[in-house]
Amino acid sequence: MSLELKNIEKKVGIDTHIHPTSLKLEKNTINVLLGSTLAGKTTLMQIMAGLDKPTSGEIWFNEKNVTGMKVQKRNCSMVYQQFINYPNYTVYENIASPLVITGVNSDEIKKRVGKVAELLKLSTMLNKKPDELSGGQQQRTALARALVKDSDLILLDEPLANLDFKLREELREELPKLFEDRDCIVVYATTEPSDALMIGGNTATLLEGKVVQYGKTLEVYNKPENLISAKVFSDPPMNIAEVKKNGDTCKVTDNNVKWKSSAKIKDGTYKIGIRPHNITTYKEGNNSVEINGKVQISELSGSESLIHFTNGNLNWVSLSNGIQQKNVGDDTKLYMNTDEFLYFDENNRLVNNG
Amino acid sequence: MNKTINQKAWFFVVPVFILVAFNAAIPLMTVVNYSFQETFGNNVFAWEGTRWFKQILLSERFHAALGRQFAFTFIILLIQIPLGIGIALTMPKKGWGVPVCLILMSMPLLIPWNVVGAMWNIFALPDIGFLGHSLNGMGFDYNFTQQPGDAWFTTILMDVWHWTSLVVLLSYAGLNSIQPAYYQAAEIDGASRWAIFRYIELPKMKKVLTLAILLRFMDSFMIYTEPFVLTGGGPGNTTAFLSIDLVKMALGQFDLGPAAAMSLIYFFIVLLVCWVFYNLMMKNEVQS
Repeated sequence: MSLELKNIEKKVGIDTHIHPTSLKLEKNTINVLLGSTLAGKTTLMQIMAGLDKPTSGEIWFNEKNVTGMKVQKRNCSMVYQQFINYPNYTVYENIASPLVITGVNSDEIKKRVGKVAELLKLSTMLNKKPDELSGGQQQRTALARALVKDSDLILLDEPLANLDFKLREELREELPKLFEDRDCIVVYATTEPSDALMIGGNTATLLEGKVVQYGKTLEVYNKPENLISAKVFSDPPMNIAEVKKNGDTCKVTDNNVKWKSSAKIKDGTYKIGIRPHNITTYKEGNNSVEINGKVQISELSGSESLIHFTNGNLNWVSLSNGIQQKNVGDDTKLYMNTDEFLYFDENNRLVNNG
Repeated sequence: MNKTINQKAWFFVVPVFILVAFNAAIPLMTVVNYSFQETFGNNVFAWEGTRWFKQILLSERFHAALGRQFAFTFIILLIQIPLGIGIALTMPKKGWGVPVCLILMSMPLLIPWNVVGAMWNIFALPDIGFLGHSLNGMGFDYNFTQQPGDAWFTTILMDVWHWTSLVVLLSYAGLNSIQPAYYQAAEIDGASRWAIFRYIELPKMKKVLTLAILLRFMDSFMIYTEPFVLTGGGPGNTTAFLSIDLVKMALGQFDLGPAAAMSLIYFFIVLLVCWVFYNLMMKNEVQS
């Protein structure tokens, strides 16, 4: 089983929503579509589902051309950002609805709904109506409806975006387990890099209607092919500067920030990408280098501290564990873990990928 | 914490109080006053107790008017609600058609009641009116001033023309508030058009439809101007709905006592039906 997009393009009027894209998703995989709003995640999913037709290109499913085949004829299910359930059906009836429509016998329905309800911790609320449930439970119901069907393709369009922090964390941990033993292809769209890392599987980074990179999630994260992919897969935003490498010394152009680089690359000018968590208030790694900064913004996010600082013309973000209180305007010392730096050439391609 | 005492608040409360008193309470009390007494003019009153109420409640004339009123309201609701939903469903959701449809739909609502009555009166005249003349031309024996069935037909047609738009606009607003994801989800499930209407659109429109039915019930139950101008309650008494009958009694015959009692009974019927209906429709909403 596989889902293959062959040179898919989608235009609406004069706007191009999806630039020619090819992508092959294999069976039993979870695939994350990672990109900001308007990157084309939803459009791509709707094309995969058959809710929308591509302007050009073909979709192949199981070695069969399914371009233009109606969504009803495909075996797929979808979960949305909004909690979509039938308002005057009970939770049980909601979960059972896809099976009822396809004419499964009632004993079988009972069995399958019971099983999936247990999996999603809904067993005690089967007789309630969706609007009597919390947001998390409503989304669990929608997930259960998607799972009960044994679809070949399950599409999840930012399913956690409307949930509050705690419920999001909880459901995010459960999600990969739900799909573990299923014979299907899962596609998960999100704007959050942390979602992609948590879910694992494969990730496709998207920007402005183009798939920038597709591969194993950790690989895409650790070895982004290019600067765009690295930027998409970084939250808070990646710190970028132009650097000159001369021997084993690297120095930021127009600035006196420098370090000893162990990267096996030629001398020359590069763009450097530093993830915020590689600049910390404490030393990390063997090749830690000090950097001075003037604190611009200092904020706490959960048990992490974000410090925006300037050093000359650099305006960077650092992310440290624990609560690190800094006053705005203070001079502070931070440490850069130079082993984790990403170097990009003039074409924005990653060069230290060895 | 000590409460601060500030008498200035009276300045805000008293004007509203006076306004409500003059605008609602005092006129209503006058009616109540008339309903329990017999008056001979010159401010001479005689106490009658509940006589007028008994008289009205037992009078065949009132029963007949009430029956006509319920029949009329029931028929127009039965036509306007499904028709309104139907039109709303076929209206475009985007593009230039939206403003065009909305303006066309609002037109009838902007025309004053008596103008609507006069318009339809002329429109339906059997000899010169377009509708009346055409119907007769097609071989129907149509004359709304002489045949009760035709009078009912015309009155109902006029009300449908005038007020279906309100149901359309409310339903359209309700339909537009449904997120597209619902339709997609139903499509993925393989739901039929009827199932989408029955299980997504109708439940999502429930609140606006309750409102539409309530408004249409109250308006049509108290309808006066349009049938008054169109048929004047005739032929005979066949289209004399409650309010027309009430005015005949109060101003035509100058039976102030019975008319006052009838107004109060009328008022309580409207209130009771609205209350029962609203509670029935909202029964499930309250729990959640």
